Amino acid sequence: MNYNWNWAVLFQDPYLGWLISGLGWTVSVSLCAWVVAFVIGALIGVGRTVNNRLISGLCTAYVELFRNVPLLVQLFVWYFAIPEMVPDGVGHWMKREMPMPEFTTTVIALGLYTASRVAEQVRAGIDSIPKGLKAAAKANGLSGTQVYRYILLPISFRIIVPPLTSEFLTVFKNSSLALTIGLLELTAQSQQIADYTYNSFEAFTAATVIYIFIALVVTGLMQIVETRTAIPGQSGKGA
Amino acid sequence: MIEIDNISKKYGTFQVLRDCSTSVAKGEVVVICGPSGSGKSTLIQCVNGLEPVQQGRITVDGMNVTDKKTNLTQLRARIGMVFQHFELYPHMNVLENLCLAQEKVLNRTRSEAVAKAEALIERVGLSDHIHKHPGQLSGGQQQRVAIARSLAMDPIAMLFDEPTSALDPEMINEVLDVMVQLATDGMTMMVVTHEMGFARKVADRVVFMDEGRIVEDRKTEDFFSDPESPRLRDFLSKILQY
Repeated sequence: MNYNWNWAVLFQDPYLGWLISGLGWTVSVSLCAWVVAFVIGALIGVGRTVNNRLISGLCTAYVELFRNVPLLVQLFVWYFAIPEMVPDGVGHWMKREMPMPEFTTTVIALGLYTASRVAEQVRAGIDSIPKGLKAAAKANGLSGTQVYRYILLPISFRIIVPPLTSEFLTVFKNSSLALTIGLLELTAQSQQIADYTYNSFEAFTAATVIYIFIALVVTGLMQIVETRTAIPGQSGKGA
Repeated sequence: MIEIDNISKKYGTFQVLRDCSTSVAKGEVVVICGPSGSGKSTLIQCVNGLEPVQQGRITVDGMNVTDKKTNLTQLRARIGMVFQHFELYPHMNVLENLCLAQEKVLNRTRSEAVAKAEALIERVGLSDHIHKHPGQLSGGQQQRVAIARSLAMDPIAMLFDEPTSALDPEMINEVLDVMVQLATDGMTMMVVTHEMGFARKVADRVVFMDEGRIVEDRKTEDFFSDPESPRLRDFLSKILQY
């Protein structure tokens, strides 16, 4: 093998700056997408459990649509197809005037896709609560909304912290697809460094290490959340 | 206070309740017993509308439970209910379990709710445990908290659905003591239980159910001394054998 090792290239101008900028885009696009995924996922997940066929049906349809189409296809649809399908004025705005179009599109596509997966976790969390507890809360005089607000949601969100951690990590990894529509996030920047310097091994190793670092930070934070929210006297952390 | 008038209910094709009628007057204690699957738990869950019925009528304090227009949430806030598996809110400590519905449903202030909760927790003998979570309490203690949680709403009647069936034998008495005290204080109570000693001690009437029917509905002394149906005689001979 005749490979010219040069780790120092990663710390040279402008390549270090590219990596930092890529990291910035990866983190910001992922965090924004996660907020979208969490809010919409929670609503859709709750919607699937309510006693109303229309609402639960619509929420099920959402999950089946967004969960079953490849994320890359969804990204392309949002970026290339939707602006052509909406009324001309809106389409024109999306193509010409929408601020940071690659960023915004990724947040929407990744957020809505991940929401379908979060919704399933939320639904599973709510379904795992014994029926008797819901009956007791109703017997105590709580209204349907109050039963969700004070009993079902606080308990189910605690239960689903571990699977939600996995979803949160997946958002960071999936954000790399944004390079296909031109967002210069971490993977795109690594690719660019490889193209400019021919040190592709070093460039992608840098990306790998940074992704792992992000993942470890997120995992650590979520473990703190898990410990802080643990219910005293129940098995698991903090018991 | 509670009027149950010819109610029938099916789960799919399975008939759980057939033309059941009984009543509980103000201050009265009525025990419901019968073999597993006889419909006693379903019957009591119909009283506060947790289970809908297909036929018949239930009224509680003049409110029609079986009418779709009735505000069940409002009604349930006035009827206490205690379950076999306690069903305390696991993520809240004892104090919060007692305060939640007081504040959110009855709109009591925090200090009113806390004062009420503390008094009731003392009454069931658990003042030392008020800041613990349900998972840190024994079954008997949890059930006493559940009774206190219901009482915090100042209910006009209390429903008990096999309150001691999930308890270790040693803990049954501490729960029954609280219930006897309640009965002596004049609370209107409907109790599904197999504790015949409790029935003898405080029940005004005992109802025996089998296969979804109310087979006997008698004054307590007559129920034990003079059972009419062969099915009840058979049942009593089995449960009173030891």
